[in-house]
Amino acid sequence: MNEIVTDQNRRIHPHKFTMWVAIGSILMMFAGLTSAYIVKRSQVNWLMIEIPIIFWFSTLTILSSSVTIHLSLKSLKEKRMVEYRRWMVVTAVLGVLFIISQIIGFVQFGKQDIRIVGAGSNASYSFLFAISSLHGLHVLGGVIALLVIAIRAVSISKRNYSTLPLEITATYWHFVDALWIYLFIFFNWMK
Amino acid sequence: MSTETILHGHEVEVNVHSHEEHGQHDHHHEESFLTKYIFSQDHKMIAKQFLITGIIWAIIGGLFSVLFRLQLGYPDQSFPFLEDIFGKWAKGGKISNEFYYALVTMHGTILVFFVLTAGLSGTFANFLIPLQIGARDMASGFLNMLSYWFFFLASVIMFASLFIQTGPAAGGWTIYPPLSALGQASQGSKLGMDFWLISMAMFIVSSLLGGLNYISTILNLRTKGMSMTRMPLTMWAIFFTAVLGVLSFPVLLSGAVLLLFDRNLGTSFFLSEIVVKGEILPNEGGSAILFQHLFWFLGHPEVYIILLPAMGMVSEILSVNSRKPIFGYMAMVGSLFAITILAFLVWAHHMFVTGLNPFLGAFFVLLTLLIAVPSAIKVFNWLTTLWRGNIRFTPGMLFSIGFVSLFISGGLTGIFLGNSTLDIHLHDTYFVVAHFHIVMGVASFFGMFAGVYHWFPKMYSRYLNNTMAYIHFWVTLVGAYLIFWPMHYQGLAGLPRRYTDFSNWQSFNQFADMNRFISTVAMIVFVAQLLFVFNFFYSIFKGRKVKSQNPWGSNTLEWTTPITPGHGNWPGELPEVHRGAYDYGKDGREFIPQVEPIGADESKH
Repeated sequence: MNEIVTDQNRRIHPHKFTMWVAIGSILMMFAGLTSAYIVKRSQVNWLMIEIPIIFWFSTLTILSSSVTIHLSLKSLKEKRMVEYRRWMVVTAVLGVLFIISQIIGFVQFGKQDIRIVGAGSNASYSFLFAISSLHGLHVLGGVIALLVIAIRAVSISKRNYSTLPLEITATYWHFVDALWIYLFIFFNWMK
Repeated sequence: MSTETILHGHEVEVNVHSHEEHGQHDHHHEESFLTKYIFSQDHKMIAKQFLITGIIWAIIGGLFSVLFRLQLGYPDQSFPFLEDIFGKWAKGGKISNEFYYALVTMHGTILVFFVLTAGLSGTFANFLIPLQIGARDMASGFLNMLSYWFFFLASVIMFASLFIQTGPAAGGWTIYPPLSALGQASQGSKLGMDFWLISMAMFIVSSLLGGLNYISTILNLRTKGMSMTRMPLTMWAIFFTAVLGVLSFPVLLSGAVLLLFDRNLGTSFFLSEIVVKGEILPNEGGSAILFQHLFWFLGHPEVYIILLPAMGMVSEILSVNSRKPIFGYMAMVGSLFAITILAFLVWAHHMFVTGLNPFLGAFFVLLTLLIAVPSAIKVFNWLTTLWRGNIRFTPGMLFSIGFVSLFISGGLTGIFLGNSTLDIHLHDTYFVVAHFHIVMGVASFFGMFAGVYHWFPKMYSRYLNNTMAYIHFWVTLVGAYLIFWPMHYQGLAGLPRRYTDFSNWQSFNQFADMNRFISTVAMIVFVAQLLFVFNFFYSIFKGRKVKSQNPWGSNTLEWTTPITPGHGNWPGELPEVHRGAYDYGKDGREFIPQVEPIGADESKH
């Protein structure tokens, strides 16, 4: 890979660029889903969905996790390794909290006798569930990436100060954050 | 982020990597069997893996077509050997209706996705990108390896679905709900459909990983001097193919996920007020048309994902073997770009008869017919490249000319089908079957064959056998026309597709002889393909050895590598590029490779 960087003196690392293209690709998936939602919404038998209150909490967690991953990256660049690790762990925990709060939201639906799936379910709630859980899977992917980086960071065999993996993960993390904000506004607006 | 920090970040990275990955560019390092042939991260090996997996799938998919052509050609005969092989699917030696539908479905799925997407793009994008832009390897060798292994996983799942008790997915390769969403609706909508969906999800992941890599490599890793407009047209075509894939496959994935929800979690995205076998289903409020929109938003670009790489390779091979520059390089790039944009705007022409608003339909008719413009530009440029060329009829060249011929004859019928009014009569007839088989199926196969014949010497340092190649070409070309031309006629008469037997159908039993003729030719053509497969594997080990570095006298960078390039492609420095890829027959010289600096008194083209 050194060939890539020295020979060609690029402004953006190819792996980072790949991540941007991947983001475009993921966006297309959610564009497909949300436009399907819009089409479906204009048809008969659509229920006004109630967004669980706890989704506000999930929004807050994922927003703050964007801040913490930024702090983590900043610490790494300034070689403050203890802080870097601390913020990374906080980010991962916030990510997990986000997923848990979403699950709680959907469990609450069950208590209110709203069916998400199965007989008697309505497509409006199924959509909310399908889109949110697909987004949740993407958050989970980010958490796993953070864990991998964290494990690599503490391994003693290789001392690695490369910021690239964390930079790429941070880009991705900000993206899933922004994606959630989009979805959250979308769901509230397009009930 | 400031440029400085980026540079700083990279500096650190360079230091780390120069220790870790030094061995990667020093291609004399030890490689075990496992890392060289199985979990290889070398783009050339991954390309071969894609190609050989694709060949295996093509044999399976082709064999399926022979089986259902057997049924169509001889509906009154029984073939006891079929019962020996397929048991209850072919009771009394006759293919059952369910099995026929499953065969058609799997034939389409296998050839569209596993052969002409993975086998074609996967092979040539992987093989040619680093070699033609002057890079050591893909931007990420690891993602590239994952791309193949996801494809392999998808293949295993799809292959396994052929052997389950209720059979593989049936209902057409477009798997429209409600049929595909309800297990109780048919045998082919049971477990086989779940396998199909999961396999396709893996397949989509594979093509996304591949596509990301292709885009990122082409944009970021071109060698010094290789500006975008100096790239061979193969690179442009593969680039646009990857863009199409990356933007359209995720939409199919979302459709497939929702369909999996409907099938397994009882949701009603695509289902509404349905009675199956007297049982009223609880689903309400879903829209089956919604799935068609999601499907065709991929499905149409998919056609170009299949076709564009073939177009790119054909452009390159035509130019090399005409010993002439490609006619209108920028027009070729522009038309590829136009096709890419239009590919996203025409999906509803597959849905003219679903009750689509005729006003909306008119827009899609216009946009669909607009595709004729870039297509005509391409055809014109191919023909003018051939015009008064010094043509060498190598097997690759023959298949390229065959591609142009098929693209013209298949493209013309597209003008008929693009009209929403004509489509009322022609939809779901053999006219459609003939159209897309010629223009996208056989034509892309020709592009693929052209590519294999042309780049085989680079892949395996040996040539394919020419005699077998010529037999393969002529049988396939003549056969393709003999199979699909009569189908236009049948389709205009209204013969519907996906029926097993027309003998009891007053309006269509006149076609019995014609169907028998088509089936006979189909079997002969299939055997000719086996000849190619034999030639391929025989020549890997026993073919004539390549003695010169640049056997075709070609300008592009892949022919500046050693005859058998190692991992890293060029032993020393990366080559530097000084000119475009098409300086053939210039200033009295037959060809001028891209690495040669511009001479002091060189004329402009």
